Amino acid sequence: MNSVHDMGGQQGMGPVSYEKDEPVFHASWEGRIYALNRAMRAWRKWSLDTDRYGLETMRPLDYLRMSYYERWAHRLEAQLVSFGFVTRDELQSGTPAPGTVRATPVFTLATASSWLNRGIPSSREPAIRPSFKVGQRVRARNINPTGHTRLPRYARGKAGVIMRDHGVYVFPDTNAHFQGENRQHVYSVRFTARELWGDSASQRDSVYIDMWDDYLERL
Amino acid sequence: MGDSDKGAVDRREFLKGIAAGAVTGATQVTVHTQDHQHDHQDVPSDLALRVKALESLLVEKGLVDSSALDALIDTMEHKVGPRNGARVVARAWIDQAYKKRLLEDAPAAIAEMGYSSGQGDHMVVVENSPKVHNLIVCTLCSCYPWPVLGLPPVWYKSAPYRSRAVIDPRGILREFGTTLPDEVEVRVWDSTAELRYLVLPERPSGTEGMTEEQLAALVTRDAMVGVTRVTLPPSGGRA
Repeated sequence: MNSVHDMGGQQGMGPVSYEKDEPVFHASWEGRIYALNRAMRAWRKWSLDTDRYGLETMRPLDYLRMSYYERWAHRLEAQLVSFGFVTRDELQSGTPAPGTVRATPVFTLATASSWLNRGIPSSREPAIRPSFKVGQRVRARNINPTGHTRLPRYARGKAGVIMRDHGVYVFPDTNAHFQGENRQHVYSVRFTARELWGDSASQRDSVYIDMWDDYLERL
Repeated sequence: MGDSDKGAVDRREFLKGIAAGAVTGATQVTVHTQDHQHDHQDVPSDLALRVKALESLLVEKGLVDSSALDALIDTMEHKVGPRNGARVVARAWIDQAYKKRLLEDAPAAIAEMGYSSGQGDHMVVVENSPKVHNLIVCTLCSCYPWPVLGLPPVWYKSAPYRSRAVIDPRGILREFGTTLPDEVEVRVWDSTAELRYLVLPERPSGTEGMTEEQLAALVTRDAMVGVTRVTLPPSGGRA
């Protein structure tokens, strides 16, 4: 969806603020919400793609105002309710509803390392054919889905060259919405800075963007 | 969506509720004592309480195990981080065969060093040279090569960096004190898929006699994201 998370090319966001010797977490709650997000995803009720969409659908002003981990807290609460893990009453009271049957956690000390090492499924699947080959000129499609997508606005409609075929990956645009993995090839596509930003951009520079088959069309 | 739609009254009740929950919650919650109060972002003071209450609720419902959360946090704070990436870079600098493997099949070469998990499964290493400078960004969220660099710093996830890295990479580089001649080609890598990028910086001159450990000590997180170059300490002496 076209919202504020899709930041590439926006201007007016100010200078980069740099903190020297930055800690991994600035407060213990940041670590806790980070870990809670990962532990709850281990229930496999939603995917990383769904998680990302959960941030994208936040109200733009909230997204911009909140710190990174505050967004995570906000998203997790919303997802816990919408996927039925907790009720809004329980969130408000802070205690389980009377008569709640206690579950058994799936993300435990014994299983943590296997969850962490699981990675993101991708594979070489000869049965899934690439639509494009290395060296081919392509155009990023001009699509504006209201759901999740990983095709940034600044690349839509722009022409580039396939530099590398990364193999087969789950398609986030459908997977985020439980509409199937729709596995397909992902390519590294090179766009010149001038194609993306016009003649005032450097003649030499370029942006490499990873793109699924369905984001591309022949040129 | 979400509880942002609730009105102000609802919000007050919500906060009152979680405050009560935090007090009555029967489950022990690990409280870290090394909290840094940090004011660079507008974080409401109730957030720590709210997260504590949320964890307490999820523990009581048997949905999460606090000790597993502790272990996860310990991993991110102490076991993964840019020192891992620095060792990969130093090895590539002293071992041409390793460097070749790293550039051709980064996941396997990184696994050789014992680092492999989570977001790093599909690593791609891009090499800086006198003619090419690489810069990593995730314009859509915060994708970052966790096993070799740990969790990303705030600036990497911030709007100024994410918005400008693709349209004005040389301006971003200047802010980090990295001025590139016009004839150097800048390649920006926007991490839109599940590939995770690491920059192999140029080895600085004057490091010929250094050991792998000494070289690794020179390599910074920022250089592996591509916003700076690796330099010798100001003294020019050995690490």
